[in-house]
Amino acid sequence: MNSRQKEVLTGPILNNNPIALQILGICSALAVTTKMETALVMSIAVTLVTACSNAAVASIRLQIPSSIRIIVQMTIIASLVILVDQFLKAFAFGISKQLSVFVGLIITNCIVMGRAEGFAMKNEPGISFLDGIGNGLGYSAILMLVAFFRELFGSGSLFGVQLLKLSRDGGWYEANGLMLLPPSAFFIIGFAIWALRSWKTDQLEEA
Amino acid sequence: MSRDSIGFTFLVSAALCVACSILVSGAAVGLRGRQELNKENERKKNILSVAGLIKPGESADIRQIYEERVKGIIVDLDSGKVVTDDKELFPNPAEYDQKAAIDNPKLSIEIKSSEDIAGIGRRENYSWVYLINDENGKLTQYVLPVRGKGLWSTMWGFIALETNLTTVAGLTFYEQGETPGLGGEVDNPKWKAQWAGKEVYNKEFEPDIEVIKGSVNPESSNAIHEVDGLSGATITSRGVTHLLDFWLGDLGFRPYLEDIREKEEKQ
Repeated sequence: MNSRQKEVLTGPILNNNPIALQILGICSALAVTTKMETALVMSIAVTLVTACSNAAVASIRLQIPSSIRIIVQMTIIASLVILVDQFLKAFAFGISKQLSVFVGLIITNCIVMGRAEGFAMKNEPGISFLDGIGNGLGYSAILMLVAFFRELFGSGSLFGVQLLKLSRDGGWYEANGLMLLPPSAFFIIGFAIWALRSWKTDQLEEA
Repeated sequence: MSRDSIGFTFLVSAALCVACSILVSGAAVGLRGRQELNKENERKKNILSVAGLIKPGESADIRQIYEERVKGIIVDLDSGKVVTDDKELFPNPAEYDQKAAIDNPKLSIEIKSSEDIAGIGRRENYSWVYLINDENGKLTQYVLPVRGKGLWSTMWGFIALETNLTTVAGLTFYEQGETPGLGGEVDNPKWKAQWAGKEVYNKEFEPDIEVIKGSVNPESSNAIHEVDGLSGATITSRGVTHLLDFWLGDLGFRPYLEDIREKEEKQ
């Protein structure tokens, strides 16, 4: 793997994170992060869709007429998302029920569209695929981080395994209800961005 | 033909549409069998779990247990009669889709808002009832589908009644979108467990069950008709009371249950 491939794959995780730096894809980061399990499945779904749509768009980028390029990208992304949704319904029914409408809403996730338009339209399919994986991983990293705090402090568990015994079940831990509500994800993402920018000061925006 | 000409634009969009529709419809058709099976399994699992035949998290051969222990019948909610064998109404009873019937004006009625305590808008004319048998084929429970509005969502569930038609054997909600951690606790096994043994009808066979605010005082004379409220979820708790009042009342399963009672008394 040459250095460009490595940069494309790992850059979006810390240096150019789609959520933390570009502030894209916030909607689903709020919606599916009450549990780590759903966040993980969502992460995998978004990573697959971004990578495949990038590869598909890149492979026909020389044929796409510029006047309809956005709708062409949308069509490809929408088809892939339906595909993912169908597969989840067939093979991971329980999780697809929990994710409900949010799988379908991957279509509107700005990260997918942003990478198709911003990267895949100008690059070869192979490197575009890696770019999709990289951005998917960046998205997944934030999602898993948010879900970790929300599930641990909101339900006292991780991946459904009870770690802190809840007071309503006779334990000592009083569950933090705010963590189960969407606004808490804003706080966690905010803190994550703060921490990341204090560490990597080149991500700071000029006031 | 240049890339930006009108002809080529049409060509690209047509080719893309064909390719994408083949992909999407291929997946939908190819996976349909599995998806339907999942849905069917889910429904059976919910019925078995409300009847206490399977424990949550336990793996079991759902289809086999269901075949052996559960019998679905269709009930006319207005008259209370069992109509599963009415060949004119249901040439193929197994295919009756109760959820689809709700939106079908021929198979459902609109409920006056004064009577619509459960907040469901329309009620289907025919409902499935699931009869649970023990190993020897003796009837032990009636499982009735119920639904009603909570705070955010319509809660869909089942209530299982013992053969005296009054004592609850179990209650479960399999689909709800209440606030996680607060109203969403209608799905909490600990909360659901306290329903078993409660009585939903009074001596006059009128619905009498309430999810109260706070905890039930066991000394109270009415304790058998009361269930602890969900803390921080007043509206969801009230929703559960109302939906049970509705489905156990005259617009719900009461005519059917009264019918059974009368027949039993005659014997």
